[in-house]
Amino acid sequence: MTADTTERIAIWRDERFWKIVFQVIVLASVIGLIALLIHNMNVNLQKTNREFDFGFLRFSASFNIGETIIPYSPSDSFRYAFLVGLLNTVRVIIPGFILTTLLGVFVGVASFSDNWLVRKLSLVYVEVIRNIPLLLQLIFWYFAVFLNLPRVKDQLQLPLSVFMSKAGISIPWPELSQGFWGWCGVLFVGAIAAWLIWRWRTLVIVEKGQSGQPQLMILLGMAIASLAIFFFGFNWVFPSLLIDQVTQEPDTTRTAVGGLKLSLEYTTLLTGLVVYTAAFIAEIVRSGIQSVSKGQWEAAGSLGLKSGLVMQLVVLPQALRVIIPPLNSQYMNLAKNSSLALVIGYPDLYSVNSTIFNQTGKPVEVFTMIMFTYLAISLTISIVMNWINKAVELQTR
Amino acid sequence: MVTATPQSSAPPSLQTTPLGWIKKNLFSSWFNSLLTIFIVGFFLWATKNFVVWAATDAKWDVLPKNWNLFFAGVYPNNQYWRLFLLLGFISAISGLSWGYFSRSVARFLSSKVLWGIGIVTLLTVSAPTHLPFRLILLGILLLGLIIAWGEHRLYPDVSLSGQWLSLSYFFFFIIGFWLIQGNLGLPSVSSSLWGGLLLTVLMALVSIVLCFPLGLLLALGRQSSLPAISWISTAYIEVIRGVPLICILFMGQNMIQLFLPADNLDRVLRAIIALTLFSAAYMAENIRGGLQAVPRGQYEAASSLGLIKPLTISLIVLPQALKISIPAIVGQFISLFQDTTLVSIIGLPELLGMSRSILGNPEFLGRYQEVYVFIAIIYWIFCYSMSLGSRQVEKSLDTGH
Repeated sequence: MTADTTERIAIWRDERFWKIVFQVIVLASVIGLIALLIHNMNVNLQKTNREFDFGFLRFSASFNIGETIIPYSPSDSFRYAFLVGLLNTVRVIIPGFILTTLLGVFVGVASFSDNWLVRKLSLVYVEVIRNIPLLLQLIFWYFAVFLNLPRVKDQLQLPLSVFMSKAGISIPWPELSQGFWGWCGVLFVGAIAAWLIWRWRTLVIVEKGQSGQPQLMILLGMAIASLAIFFFGFNWVFPSLLIDQVTQEPDTTRTAVGGLKLSLEYTTLLTGLVVYTAAFIAEIVRSGIQSVSKGQWEAAGSLGLKSGLVMQLVVLPQALRVIIPPLNSQYMNLAKNSSLALVIGYPDLYSVNSTIFNQTGKPVEVFTMIMFTYLAISLTISIVMNWINKAVELQTR
Repeated sequence: MVTATPQSSAPPSLQTTPLGWIKKNLFSSWFNSLLTIFIVGFFLWATKNFVVWAATDAKWDVLPKNWNLFFAGVYPNNQYWRLFLLLGFISAISGLSWGYFSRSVARFLSSKVLWGIGIVTLLTVSAPTHLPFRLILLGILLLGLIIAWGEHRLYPDVSLSGQWLSLSYFFFFIIGFWLIQGNLGLPSVSSSLWGGLLLTVLMALVSIVLCFPLGLLLALGRQSSLPAISWISTAYIEVIRGVPLICILFMGQNMIQLFLPADNLDRVLRAIIALTLFSAAYMAENIRGGLQAVPRGQYEAASSLGLIKPLTISLIVLPQALKISIPAIVGQFISLFQDTTLVSIIGLPELLGMSRSILGNPEFLGRYQEVYVFIAIIYWIFCYSMSLGSRQVEKSLDTGH
């Protein structure tokens, strides 16, 4: 028996052949479907004398945008208006990520408190917020809470000279001078140094059995210095009322000047997104901490580690592995949900584009732009989160 | 050898007195005591403010005057019997499924269930509407309870099989849709008259059912070893998941007619298409989670028995994978139910959209708090009871050890 006498398998009995045929069929039908849709679109666009073309982006936008971070006027181009919207979105989602993480971790950790009331409160928060639609929450915050603030002439004055009224909310804010950025740089370098010292301290405690006291002292000193920078170096501007020329008394009928002025729309959007997303993050944090078995705590304790080190070296690395991946989708949700700004009138990316669509009547172009921008935002978040995830991942060989 | 004589001491008492419980759980340290006092104080203050507001400032008459708008939109009054009939069917079929899934549960009427029934009954009886409506609602509630209880009682002598349950769901969908839409012997009700809670539930249900087959195909496609298939599925899933729903809904409203030869699609249908295409991507990810959880040995065992790939998937892998992904699918349904609020932005009068148009009525100007608190409670009840139900189903399907 030699090899050449074995019959070749008939082609229709070969699995590989069918696999290729199947793929070709699916690919052809998907491409065919897309081609058909594009053909239909072209026919329909021609019926109304329109064509697929991004040329309109150069034209003047000629609509107003309520609040912007970069100077904008209606005579600027559509392209520039798009950029303004994008920056407004970024302005919401970046503080949103930070605040929602803080609140979420806080609520998640609170569900392990010794205090029964705190545990229940954390549970109630999560169950109430998760089960009410975000859009309803945003509308509630806007119409039932923030629009119910007093008028300017009865404005609320809270401690730390925070002013709240229908015209907006003023909070203290550092003056953005060169000194501020200089101190920011100092703090950043300090933070890196503190992290390195912290690693060094852990190393010294674990490997050499030393107390780690001197390093702790250095860290304490750095903390005090950074607090001092924060309070005195930052050049805080406190909002204040204008002084009436005639009576020489604070004029309460006008809005406060100075500090950072937040519009009600911005505050509503930020509050709504943060409160909603934090409920989901709290649940993730809770289940992450719960996923570390009790045996791990006990084993670490029996090795002689103190409870702070148990948390840092044993529990947290394992919990983070469970916590980080789902956080990614929560951040993506927050970014996508920021498009609901449309409803409360905050001019974010989506809202501005919706106006551009109304002005130009070019649905395909405008929605292509929105889709790719949101995809880019989502992708950026994913990349950053994957990068963080790599750092906490289990090192397997 | 020194033998240590064990010191005799009384075993620690397991019983906790109420006072001991309070001390342990509320006042274990000065910090906890402070927290407790602060929270109780805040709670009392908030409750007092809410009660004062609800009893004096709030004008609740906006709710009873608009019951029909909240629940059924501008559905014609003389056709309400169809909706009540539908509600009866819903109650019956929920009773059936409840009885089916509570078989393995020892106590049918646990305290939680009793509480739920009590609250719902109380709400039904005390709802400020016409007496006949209340009686009908009570009857419908009773019907569901009796069916569930009866099924639980009769098991295992008379038992409903899973197939029958699925079949009754299938018929329920067809009959339900026929009752709402009309035609074929009933006067037809145009979709522009549907609204309120009716439209919310309808859109969520139809979308989740329609997105299931698409999501299943996408999940299998993404897991496939054929590069073209897996690439197409992955691209679809990732693109849809990276874009906000409101963007897809707007595309559904403004672009579907551009892509189709004729442009006379119903607006509700367009929203349902958008919701379906959107949730299919998420459904695919949920099912993929289930597929990944099925051990590899199952595939190998099936193919060593000589099953071809499609049979392996449909007979061996999918039944296990779907069971694993049930909690995730229910979770997705809950978020889809919440996401239907977004269709109010594109102008469909679902529960939130209806509330906003009621608030646009000069007679009810500025009653934001009353109306929004009311619909928030409705959404909350629906979503919370669904998540409780899903935990129940999860428990009863758990065949592990």
